[in-house]
Amino acid sequence: MAEEADRKPVLSKKIDKFFTGLASAWSFVRRFFKEVFLPPYELKEVFHQCYRIGVESLPLISLTGFIVGIVFTNQSRPSLSEFGATSWLPSLISIAVVRAMGPLVTALIAAGKMGSSIGAEIGSMKVTEQIDAMEVSATNPFKFLVVTRVLATTFMIPVLVMYTDFVALMGSFLSVNANENVSMTTFFVEVFESISFLDINSSVLKSLLFGFTIGIVGCYKGYNSSKGTEGVGRAANSAVVMAMFLIFIEELLVLQIVNAIRMM
Amino acid sequence: MEEKVVEIAGLKKSFGDLDVLKGVDLDLYKGENLVVLGKSGSGKSVLIKIMVGLLKQDEGSMKVLGQEVSKLGTKALNELRLKIGFSFQNSALYDSMTVRENMEFPLVRNVKNLTRGEITRKIEELLDSVGLPQSINQMPSELSGGQKKRIGVARTLILNPEIMLYDEPTAGLDPITCMDINNLINQVREQYNTSSIVITHDLTCAKVTGDRQAVLLDGQFKAIGSFEDVFAHAQDGRVKSFYDYNFIDS
Repeated sequence: MAEEADRKPVLSKKIDKFFTGLASAWSFVRRFFKEVFLPPYELKEVFHQCYRIGVESLPLISLTGFIVGIVFTNQSRPSLSEFGATSWLPSLISIAVVRAMGPLVTALIAAGKMGSSIGAEIGSMKVTEQIDAMEVSATNPFKFLVVTRVLATTFMIPVLVMYTDFVALMGSFLSVNANENVSMTTFFVEVFESISFLDINSSVLKSLLFGFTIGIVGCYKGYNSSKGTEGVGRAANSAVVMAMFLIFIEELLVLQIVNAIRMM
Repeated sequence: MEEKVVEIAGLKKSFGDLDVLKGVDLDLYKGENLVVLGKSGSGKSVLIKIMVGLLKQDEGSMKVLGQEVSKLGTKALNELRLKIGFSFQNSALYDSMTVRENMEFPLVRNVKNLTRGEITRKIEELLDSVGLPQSINQMPSELSGGQKKRIGVARTLILNPEIMLYDEPTAGLDPITCMDINNLINQVREQYNTSSIVITHDLTCAKVTGDRQAVLLDGQFKAIGSFEDVFAHAQDGRVKSFYDYNFIDS
């Protein structure tokens, strides 16, 4: 009995914390949509963040995309060759890369790299009073730090996804060319024949959603980090975990919606 | 009659169950350096954060330059903030920006139609006045604690504030650098005609920079007056012990 009585407040505290967190995250997202349309627009900072997110992620994304293309091709070949269908490799790879793997791999890498970096950067600015310093100098820190970063991730992730798709297909082509002796023209003709506008549109829209998620989660976690260096580390870590979790949920939801459209 | 630039009356602030300020009354007069002394966690910083609208009081009034801070909208609050310089305890320099960019930041956002040359001239002039003209292209991580404090003060001065708020200006600094910072606080008052509130628990800083001292204990001011008045005739044992445990050499 006594144990039960002890447990109750803990549970209600956790439920309280969950719903308070949810409400605070919702008001953070609402504030973003309110501030994004109001001047000043801090375009210089948006471009600076786009450059950081785009250029700094390129090496890692290039390597990962290329390896994914080669590995996926090599793993698929034995199954297809059992049915004498290795000529379907370009189609299979293009559908897999454009529809799912390109956006997902890019978003997960960006969540790990950019999400943690945004969370840690804003978190450390918060604990060292740099955000307060901005506020007392009559600058809106939310606009300068949050809106710019979220816009940058939202617009740069689709660009990075297209680049990853291209690099992964190049990796796949190298493998197909080496094993099946298929020319680049033939490979890419088959690639583009297999994918539809719906595939490309859904991939871009999904990437916009992933980019927004990475930016807003990183900023939210950093902006609400508790005092001290431990809080900064926790903000960076939870930014990655939460962003990855949401990316998988979004992937699942978008897949259902796109499949429903395809059936129509 | 001296002009009041800050008027605080019956100010109360709590964080959860913790009552930090329990009905505080205080005035700051034009051209005055007022030192607020108190133990760590006594609510000194809370007081000046309410002054610039970073925190909101639960009860009472905080008037700055004749305006009730808690009743101001965002635009009016930002206009008021431009007249207040806030020097943070850890300087709060933007660590991804150079000293020049740090100083430019408030200027380019709040003063329109300045040419590149005018901005540079203003920055160089202020860096000169805090004795760090050579640091213009350095990153904050390349500066010492004392240099960061000076740059932090220079950054707040760039908007020509009427009131300066110093949060623990000498915390974590060696005695010689502390003296430099104390002199800088006095120099800023003379050169820029500011009224200042200095938050500290360093009695040397209080004695050197303050025209008046206010001792904040248990959420209320226990003594307000000149350094001698407050400490020589201290009635409250805790105010007296505050003096006894500090080494004064100035």
